[in-house]
Amino acid sequence: MYQYNPRDHQMVSERVKQFRGQTERYLAGQLSDEQFLPLRLQNGLYIQRLAPMLRIAIPYGLLSSRQLRKLAEVTRTYDKGYAHFTTRQNLQLNWPQLEHVPEILAELASVEMHAVQTSGNCIRNVTSDQFAGVAPDEIEDPRPWCELLRQWSTLHPEFAYLPRKFKIAVNGSQADRAAFLFHDVGVELVRNAAGQTRFNIYAGGGLGRTPVIGELVRSDLEPKHLLTYLDALLRVYNSHGNRANKYKARIKILVKAWGVERFAKAVEDEWLIDKDGANTLADDAIEAMKQHFTLPVYQPPSADAEQQLQQLADGELAFSRWLSRNSHGHKQPGYRAVTLSLKPTGVAPGDVTDRQLETIAQLADDYSFGEVRATHNQNVVLADVRVDQLHALWQAAKAAGFATPTVGTLTDMICCPGGDFCSLANAKSIPVAESLQRRFDDIDYLYDLGDLELNISGCMNACGHHHVGQIGILGVDKKGEEWYQIQIGGSPGKDAALAKVLGPAFSRDQVADTVATLLTVYTTLRHDGESFLETYRRVGLDPFKESVYAKVN
Amino acid sequence: MPKLISQQQLIDSPWVVLDAEQPAPTSHYLLPLERWLANREVAADGAPFGVVIDGDQPLDALADSLAELPLIAINFPKFTDGRGFSTARLLRGRHGYRGELCARGDIFRDQLQFLSRCGFDSFELPDSADASWLESLGDFTQSYQAAAR
Repeated sequence: MYQYNPRDHQMVSERVKQFRGQTERYLAGQLSDEQFLPLRLQNGLYIQRLAPMLRIAIPYGLLSSRQLRKLAEVTRTYDKGYAHFTTRQNLQLNWPQLEHVPEILAELASVEMHAVQTSGNCIRNVTSDQFAGVAPDEIEDPRPWCELLRQWSTLHPEFAYLPRKFKIAVNGSQADRAAFLFHDVGVELVRNAAGQTRFNIYAGGGLGRTPVIGELVRSDLEPKHLLTYLDALLRVYNSHGNRANKYKARIKILVKAWGVERFAKAVEDEWLIDKDGANTLADDAIEAMKQHFTLPVYQPPSADAEQQLQQLADGELAFSRWLSRNSHGHKQPGYRAVTLSLKPTGVAPGDVTDRQLETIAQLADDYSFGEVRATHNQNVVLADVRVDQLHALWQAAKAAGFATPTVGTLTDMICCPGGDFCSLANAKSIPVAESLQRRFDDIDYLYDLGDLELNISGCMNACGHHHVGQIGILGVDKKGEEWYQIQIGGSPGKDAALAKVLGPAFSRDQVADTVATLLTVYTTLRHDGESFLETYRRVGLDPFKESVYAKVN
Repeated sequence: MPKLISQQQLIDSPWVVLDAEQPAPTSHYLLPLERWLANREVAADGAPFGVVIDGDQPLDALADSLAELPLIAINFPKFTDGRGFSTARLLRGRHGYRGELCARGDIFRDQLQFLSRCGFDSFELPDSADASWLESLGDFTQSYQAAAR
């Protein structure tokens, strides 16, 4: 993983010093609330419903065990002993004191971490595939490109006061695990006919109030031009994005208003001016960055390791279940990636305690070269586990509460913090997640349903990605009461689709019953081997709608 | 009195923005774009003067008179409106402007270094600005990306 050089250390420490000064001036009344707002947001600090919230950047989800231990210590010292993994691979503290934040940032800087641009109208943390570098279907490791983008976007002087926030995702695999079509810019790594690396650049995707699937603005971009092209794209957005209405300020609105052709042409015109300018990536700079993401020293297991694993799985149903859902294929023979589930029933999805962070660090050291990845599904991945260690890891994970064998199923849901924490929320989302986990606790039933993404957002800002859930739940406010709109048929991948709303919203008590009805319609109508999404695509919304409202009325 | 940071010095701002009709003094006046385009009132003897533009005004109209302008002031209507950062980059890059760029309007201390990196040479600041604001120009000694400087 990327190791800081002296420049990186210097920059984060200067950033801490700068924010310390800004906080002091704010507390002394020399900076207004209004002026302090973008400064604190660009250091990850929100003022939440109950307390400040600090969002810590985890660049493209990668963390070392040393960083995890520091996060545990910070969580214990400055917060209430728990933290929250977000849907953009970051980590949030819910209860820090404003005056402690510069100190927290200094602690983070000591382990090569920061909270730069995790909020505010600027370029946010770059996200990617949690299986980057190990996925069997990978075309090219996206991480060196993510880090180049992280550096280019960090303290970019031109783009700190954009019309609105700006999110970039990079995908390097056949399948899409980064939801790049739902980002302001999606970077898709491909190979051209000659086998050379190229980028397809998509723009104008996003969720929020107006969900939009990103459109292709540039194909076949040579790697050396990645940064100059994005400089041009952001300049067009910064100059022409809507600043009068914050709900129409994302780049997706500009791309829609102009049409993708006009937008792409404006970017191309701008890019040609500085195409070979100083931000052009030199071959040796790209190569040097790739050297930060070399393969670990894999040790092949014994020849019969796969066979022994199979025997263990055959002999122990619980282990075999965990193996089938929580372990994943790997490029390297004899290795698997493992998801540590943060979705046990009764815990807010993505929440971890300080002790658990330390346990994850220990598991990483013991089983996966001391590194982990945060996922956009709010779990944690150990990317490099040797097959003969899977059983021991399972036992350790089980003891720590990370072995809920439901990864990718209905109850492995994405869920925003909702009305329990967030000042934007219209409704609570965590209790809805819990009611669904309690209702659907039959593991055989969950497995029979198969891969099924259920996403919950507490408001239309869509942090819980409800538009792209196969089942999406949105908290809405109706005359001061919390209601839940249910939609189905979304997909975040390359077959991107936005979910369609079933109809009138439901009370919180009705949500689990309604989901149960949807699932019954699916299991009744499905053909052999068909997923919920495939059945929906074949039969449409009506059968689901009819059953759901027949039952309610 | 508004202040000006220029050449690492904080001074009282000498600049006056003229309206459509006000007679131009001998130096240090800023003309609205329309007035400049209509009359091209160049100060005598190379005295300092300039034009003031808003972040949303198209630059093409200015393109053929850039060489006559010793200074362009870009107005920030609101400090959160970052268009002026790109306007400066466009003037320096696309249009090759080599004169002085001055940021004015609703800008504050914590933006100075980014403004400078986008190509601004001077900054007109509120009355309350003091010498401590100069420190912010040196908040970062390193950068990750090339900009105007």
